Amino acid sequence: MQQFPCPWCGHRAEGEFHYAGDAGIDRPDRTVDDKAWAHYLYFRRNAKGAAHELWIHSAGCGRWIVLSRDTVTHAVTGSEPMV
Amino acid sequence: MRQRLAHGGAIDRDKPLRFTFDDTAYEGFAGDTIASALLANGVGIVGRSFKYHRPRGIYTAGPEEPNAILDLRHGARHDPNARATLEPLADGMALRSIHASGTAENDRLAFVDRLARFIPSAFYYKTFMWPSWTAYEHRIRALAGLGRVDPATRMDSAAHRYAEAEVCVVGAGPSGLATALAAARQGQRVLLVEEQRELGGSLRHRTTVIDGVSGAEWVARYEIALQAAGVQTLRRSTALGLYDHNVLTVVQKDVPTSPNGERIWLVRANRIIVATGAIERPLLFANNDRPGVMLADAALVYLRRYAVKLGERVVVATNNDSAYEIAIALRHAGSDVQLVDSRGNADPALSAEARSAGVAMSTGTMVEAVVGSRVVEAVMLSNGQRVAADVVAHSGGWTPSVHLYCHAKGRPQWDDAVGSYRPGAAVAGVDVVGAAAGLWDLDTILRHAAEAGGGSSEAAPRSDSKVRQWTAPTPLPATGPGKRVWVDLQNDVTADDIGLAVRENFSAVEHLKRYTTVGMGTDQGKTSNVNALAVLAAGTSRKIADLGTTTFRPPIVPVSMATIAGSERGELQAPIRRLPAENTHRGERAYFRDYGGVLRPAWYGADADAIAAECIAARTNAVVFDASSLGKIDVIGPQAAALLNFVYYTPMSSLAVGRARYGLTLSEAGIVADDGVVLRLGPAHFVVSCSSSHVASMAAALEAWRQDRFDLAQVFVHDATAHWATIAISGPKAKGIVSGLGLGVALDDAKFPHMSVRDASFGGRPARVARVSFTGERGYEISIPAQLGGQLWQRAREAGAIPLGIEALGALRAEKGYLYVGQDTDGETMPHDLGFVGPRTKRQDAYVGDRSLFTPAANKPDRKRLVGILVEGEASIPIGAHAIEHIAGRKRSLGYVTSSYQSAHLGHPIALGLIEGGMERGTVEIEHLGQSYRARLVSPCFLDPKGERLNA
Repeated sequence: MQQFPCPWCGHRAEGEFHYAGDAGIDRPDRTVDDKAWAHYLYFRRNAKGAAHELWIHSAGCGRWIVLSRDTVTHAVTGSEPMV
Repeated sequence: MRQRLAHGGAIDRDKPLRFTFDDTAYEGFAGDTIASALLANGVGIVGRSFKYHRPRGIYTAGPEEPNAILDLRHGARHDPNARATLEPLADGMALRSIHASGTAENDRLAFVDRLARFIPSAFYYKTFMWPSWTAYEHRIRALAGLGRVDPATRMDSAAHRYAEAEVCVVGAGPSGLATALAAARQGQRVLLVEEQRELGGSLRHRTTVIDGVSGAEWVARYEIALQAAGVQTLRRSTALGLYDHNVLTVVQKDVPTSPNGERIWLVRANRIIVATGAIERPLLFANNDRPGVMLADAALVYLRRYAVKLGERVVVATNNDSAYEIAIALRHAGSDVQLVDSRGNADPALSAEARSAGVAMSTGTMVEAVVGSRVVEAVMLSNGQRVAADVVAHSGGWTPSVHLYCHAKGRPQWDDAVGSYRPGAAVAGVDVVGAAAGLWDLDTILRHAAEAGGGSSEAAPRSDSKVRQWTAPTPLPATGPGKRVWVDLQNDVTADDIGLAVRENFSAVEHLKRYTTVGMGTDQGKTSNVNALAVLAAGTSRKIADLGTTTFRPPIVPVSMATIAGSERGELQAPIRRLPAENTHRGERAYFRDYGGVLRPAWYGADADAIAAECIAARTNAVVFDASSLGKIDVIGPQAAALLNFVYYTPMSSLAVGRARYGLTLSEAGIVADDGVVLRLGPAHFVVSCSSSHVASMAAALEAWRQDRFDLAQVFVHDATAHWATIAISGPKAKGIVSGLGLGVALDDAKFPHMSVRDASFGGRPARVARVSFTGERGYEISIPAQLGGQLWQRAREAGAIPLGIEALGALRAEKGYLYVGQDTDGETMPHDLGFVGPRTKRQDAYVGDRSLFTPAANKPDRKRLVGILVEGEASIPIGAHAIEHIAGRKRSLGYVTSSYQSAHLGHPIALGLIEGGMERGTVEIEHLGQSYRARLVSPCFLDPKGERLNA
């Protein structure tokens, strides 16, 4: 069980959080072409190594956060509020 | 002849304990393990081997035991795979060998061993291929295997416990004790985890001197010091695995408050100290599985801790110095002892010590084979000498227990001097100390351990033990016909089996393991892995260092599924949501079912025949329905309308205060996610009444988009579903019933039309009445504080409303073509497939899923669309039946039936379905399990298409 730093609540057990996908994906407006929309919906980096992920502190403050962690070593390097 | 010595051992001779093994009564003492008690009673054969049914005896004194696994019954407790070497004996235990047909002594399947040369590794998979392995599997499994679970003796386990520490030390041998105390004296919060009942590890049976006192005395002093320093200790607790971010799982035994006596701990510590010691490695020789052959250190444990004299004539075979003390101790206990040291250059001082104690010595030779068909009768040495013996105690060196280090992604490193793998590069947060780190000299171990605990080496305990060669590579035996050398006792893998695997090119370690099963089973190869590598290396002319190891995976020792589950069983594992008025419904003889995680009345009365009557009542009279599980999510704030507009496909900002609107939500892929009614209570206050099974996902979606796109100070989402009970009253006579409930609401249709909402009160408490309908009849949905649900229900009943269950509601809504999202929609259904085309064509503003509704796939003319299905004939068609077309002699699915009912009101079957092209297709052929139906595709609404009944 990993331990994640919530920017609002401090260090908490992984079980309090839910994974919610890659961070930093902007929602395009509906004028984009099919390909750009498909990329928004389905294409992800699947990073090996450093990754920025959205997690929800669902059993805590309920806030969405951006967690920086390494998908290979599972080292967590930081977290910040989702803006 | 085995017997209990008159003196010595850590047993209480004043407390005899009675037990049975294979129906024979025996007696042991408090302080015994099951294994020590069996040995003291002269029981040699405790089980039969996994595959060949060879007799097997107690082989070790610890968690590495491959043979002595027994079926244990004690009071209400049943453990089908109890490990005799670890389990304390208790009065009244009934033990059975698990893999014998009959008893371990007389196994009716013993003949299997005579067939051994016909059934080598992988024989089953090569032979039983036609028609398929599964045709034979159950019979072969009955011949092999371990204990049997008895469903009648299911036992629960305690809830898991969580612990935090700055330092968690695993293992309370000399290195663990030294580290724990040093760390505690640095002010660290220390948790010490020890598998045995007592602290001390090897110090409890090895002769040592630390800080001028005996090892046992030093342990006693340390125990007091640890307590004084605030060290928390978990005994009878075995570490199972080390996981991400330094979480250690531990199984604790003998927990009085746990029904099965066990409990899982999850320990998070800044530092994990692995002080798990080393496991003695067997020597390899023919017939090395005969009862009476055991590891040398185990022989010393049984002598010193349990005062068991193992035999009259003991051969102690070794390739290292650690067995000398054992040979001498066994001699002092009265056995004739012959020490066989494979090294030509054995330590002269040690040899002299052994000789002077009366131990006969043979050096530069090794045990080649054990003679004896059921038990040890003699051994043959490689120099041709035959030595009569009833016990063979052997030591092939020591294998550091690196499991936890490897779980933490540490890479073990082969060490020729150790003859084994030992920890390689350091892993952050994990320190390995003592024998687990490949250290043998006690003084070095203590100094290193104290430093690992943060103490100074000057303050470390001192021992004047001399560095001796404790471990060395295993010398390999001659194998061949008639010389069956057992590498893995639990899985019946011989050196020849490994040779066969090599010949068939399964020569990578991971292949070898899977082909021969070496290293599998409940002992996970604790005694066999390194020897298997040695045999493999020799067979492939490679160095062991180049072979690598198989992956170390948790759990290190077997743990029962019940213990892993802990308290998370049944409703605690998958909690069911309940209606606040559940007891009221029980009083109405409701038949309950689980609907999407909510326990709700399916119908009221003795059987499902009640459903049709409920349907008729809803169309002719008035019914009352408990809709409390429907969502009631408050969306509040100046931007509430904007948030709902974005989340809903159906625009919500244009909704007037006091009105309600039916709407759909979509996923970003444009797929229908939920339908529900949105109520507007005020300019900045909405209530989302989504479907019962989508409350959590709707609340989460609203919250996600709120945090992503909106000013958090301007809109707030609050799921108040559980705060309210909702009682729905509908039917032609509903208005009269509702008017008598004293809700303080004018029911005049002009002032309170369909799809509107009004504040109300009930019994002096706030209430809300919404005019909505799930049945197509005039309907009132009354929400009151949850605890008043039963009361309101009773009032409606007294006024003449008839109870309506979910099953009848399903039929009523299908008559109207009201869909259930998730039943009448699937993972491809978009709103225009359901006939909701308006927002798609009109809306220009952004909403969830907007762009997805205009992709080529979304625009295809042959999309599956929701239709009504009228089947010819009297019978209803099954849900899931497919509409088909025939193309060039082949059938193709056009879609399928999603809902199907016998309509009580209409008097014929009705169905809904998702069919390509929709109702324009006219008629279709529907097929189900070979039966064919003709059906007409119509509008999904079978009743009152103009909606006149809503105001009737």
